[in-house]
Amino acid sequence: MKTIKEIYESIGLPRLIIGLFFICLVVVSIILGFSPAALFSDVVRRWLMYGTLVLAMVPGIQSGIGLNFGVSLGISAGLLGSVFAMEISFLRNWNEVLGAGAPWLTLLLALIFGIIMATILGTLYGLLLNRVKGSEMTVSTYVGFSVIAFMNIVWLSLAFKNGELSWPLQGQGLRNTASLSGSFGGLLSNPDVVQSTQPAWLHWLAFKIGDFTLPLGLILVFALLCFFVWLFFRSKMGIAMSGAGENQLFTTSSGIDVDRMRILGTAISTVLGAVGIILYAQTYGFLQLYNAPLMMGFASAASILIGGASVRRAKISHVLIGTLLFQGILVTALPVANEVIKIGTLPEVLRIIISNGIILYALSKTKGGNQ
Amino acid sequence: MDDQYLLSMKNISKEYFGNRVLKGVNLNVKPGEIHALVGENGAGKTTLMNILFGMPVIYSTGGFEGEIQINGESISIDSPHTAMNCGIGMVHQEFMLIPEFNVTENIKLGREIGEPTALSKIFGNLLEKMNWTQMSKEARKALDSIGMMNIDEYAKVAGMPIGYKQFIEIAREIDKTGIKLLVFDEPTAVLTEGEADRLLEIMRLIAKKGIAIIFITHRLTEVMAVADSMTILRDGEFVVRKDVKDITLTKIAELMIGRQIDKLVDDSLLASRDLSDNKIALEFKDYHVDMPGERVKGMNIKIREGEIFGFGGLAGQGKIGIVNGIIGLFDTQGDVFAFGKRLDLSKLGEALRNNIAFVSEDRRGVGLLLGESVERNITFTAMQIKDQFLRRIGPMKILDKAKADQHTREMIKLFDIRCTGPSQTAGSLSGGNQQKVCLARAITMDPKILIVSEPTRGIDIGAKKLVLEYLTKINREQGTTIVMISSELVELRSLCDRIAIVSEGKVFSVMKPDDSDAAFGLAMAGVREEEAV
Repeated sequence: MKTIKEIYESIGLPRLIIGLFFICLVVVSIILGFSPAALFSDVVRRWLMYGTLVLAMVPGIQSGIGLNFGVSLGISAGLLGSVFAMEISFLRNWNEVLGAGAPWLTLLLALIFGIIMATILGTLYGLLLNRVKGSEMTVSTYVGFSVIAFMNIVWLSLAFKNGELSWPLQGQGLRNTASLSGSFGGLLSNPDVVQSTQPAWLHWLAFKIGDFTLPLGLILVFALLCFFVWLFFRSKMGIAMSGAGENQLFTTSSGIDVDRMRILGTAISTVLGAVGIILYAQTYGFLQLYNAPLMMGFASAASILIGGASVRRAKISHVLIGTLLFQGILVTALPVANEVIKIGTLPEVLRIIISNGIILYALSKTKGGNQ
Repeated sequence: MDDQYLLSMKNISKEYFGNRVLKGVNLNVKPGEIHALVGENGAGKTTLMNILFGMPVIYSTGGFEGEIQINGESISIDSPHTAMNCGIGMVHQEFMLIPEFNVTENIKLGREIGEPTALSKIFGNLLEKMNWTQMSKEARKALDSIGMMNIDEYAKVAGMPIGYKQFIEIAREIDKTGIKLLVFDEPTAVLTEGEADRLLEIMRLIAKKGIAIIFITHRLTEVMAVADSMTILRDGEFVVRKDVKDITLTKIAELMIGRQIDKLVDDSLLASRDLSDNKIALEFKDYHVDMPGERVKGMNIKIREGEIFGFGGLAGQGKIGIVNGIIGLFDTQGDVFAFGKRLDLSKLGEALRNNIAFVSEDRRGVGLLLGESVERNITFTAMQIKDQFLRRIGPMKILDKAKADQHTREMIKLFDIRCTGPSQTAGSLSGGNQQKVCLARAITMDPKILIVSEPTRGIDIGAKKLVLEYLTKINREQGTTIVMISSELVELRSLCDRIAIVSEGKVFSVMKPDDSDAAFGLAMAGVREEEAV
């Protein structure tokens, strides 16, 4: 009896409810005749796609700035890095010069650009958050919104030559959604792309087992990122940062500059946001500019809360569980809704209600609020 | 015989969670007299007043024993409202005034005078129109009656000098109809000297009208100046009720403090130490700490190597500020030398790097990471300052879990910390065990100087004994210099070699533990012995 109670307590009521809802959806969709293998492939793909963005929440929470709704800042840095990398790749004609290596170099360059920009922006953002102690989450929400609005102007004014990026009818500005199919799209996760463009010794990156797709490359990258974050929070600096998030006075009295730790945490969170969006775009196969990343901060925050984190403490396990539940429900709910209600755009409306409903539920579980 | 008293509280006892804070206390006040209630911090004055006012905190913790009589009639005061109806008023230490309201509005708050209007006839008297003329007239009368002719009844309270706010607060109490008894809780603590004198005058004026006053204060000279009679409390016990004319300042001080001092330490061990004025561990020179409520204002003291040195004094006088300045939580001025080396306290962790460790008085606020494990709490500071419990992997310093775990287990054993293991969160421990964790964290730093602030506050007797014994032990065995800051004079006198009494941010006098009770009492009250004749 005691062990059942312990298991229940370690899972927690919110996760139990959402978990059961997820299992229900899976069962219903299988009854309705969807292929379980395809369904699970989708769940795994979405899980990895959003995973790093959710991981970006951890340093923010641990360093004491709370949920980093301003992760859009990192996302913008990652997107900028990607478009610059793609433009350079196009100008240098890498696809012809380098062949199969071209998408790799583009991806690497996108990451390097993105990380450099995210480091600079994240540090400035951290300085800002240190001036608004006590209301970080409100401020970060608006930083997130403002940066998207500002980036809209940037996207409109960038005059790139790459036809995949610019509007089809030419002129200035980048398009809403740029395909990555000629670039690094699916390089780590899409079996079709890997099998057709990469040499045989790289075919393990993504392959199919029956109907089930296993994006091994992406899994490895995500696992590595999780490991690094986990390791960081066991290092001297990471422990100091956790302390700063838990109790500022305690940490100050141990001779640690709390403000510096908060800036560092914010910067790492922003960098992970940049890496996260590049991996997201890589998996999705498209680069989404303009307003697409507007709500990504909320989805990420909701995911980690569902996973069991509070606004003051978060662990890697919260990231893994939360993302799986959040994305799992979204993936399974849509086809089920489509099947059950067949009137016009109602399923899409239903999807929005479900996803925002989960976010609302998660935010109501923040425990204690931003003290 | 009881009829002569307006208020008579008989045999009052009160327990907070098994801790008896009041033990059969009597308090009797005659009409029109100023009655002083004196005692050290923690003597039970506040609890007694909370009972008188029927504060919810009393009832939510199980009520009290004893009887309260007003004019010889036994009454039960179960809420502040009842107390008000009985004619008992209070002048608060922190002003309960609304800054954006004017003087009249503040005085009449909650007791506004209304005129019926068409709306109020339909929707009830909450919609009555204010009768400003009548209200300001009554406010004026109340102000005049305490001699505050120069306060304009229409002026806004915001921005007024603190003294004025105090007087407005008094006027509000006076304005209540049927007020018989006014309680002044340390009214002079925040006032300048001139304002305080004025306040005492007003108290006399009020008393002349037949209103009784209970005057709570630490300033014994004020008691001598204004009170007619007094009740002394000590450790929750009733000591004596005396008329002021029958008692001297020295005698009051002695009665406040007087109790048995148990030596915790064997005196024979004392001799084995070599205390010398040439070997100074810690020196303060014109030391200032800008800690609100506990300011240190120019402290000079030398603490010898291997000594147990105590800082005592009343709350708010600055003894707490000493340690918080060294920790680096508040800005400091002046010089602090550790073993002759000047500390630059503007640098975080400066004291820690110079072999000074400390235990904060604010256990939950400063002393602990409540959400983290006992292990993390104990090892945190040593890890950050001394790179202990770390393993080098490439450029990174990673936690050495095995070492940290082993050390924590040793500390748990050493201090008898009652927990399920190193991974239990510090927040879920009891107060005494939390304090042991704080001490274990300081000891892990292996300090040459250990500063402990209020080491026994809010912990049970067993833990108290263990903590004090351990402090003595490391002092005797390892020669650690101990600086102890405490409100508990008994504790200081049982342990320390010398005790500095802090008053108004300065060292008032340095005393020996076996100095007389009266001498300690006077020093605490900030009175020189030669003045107290």
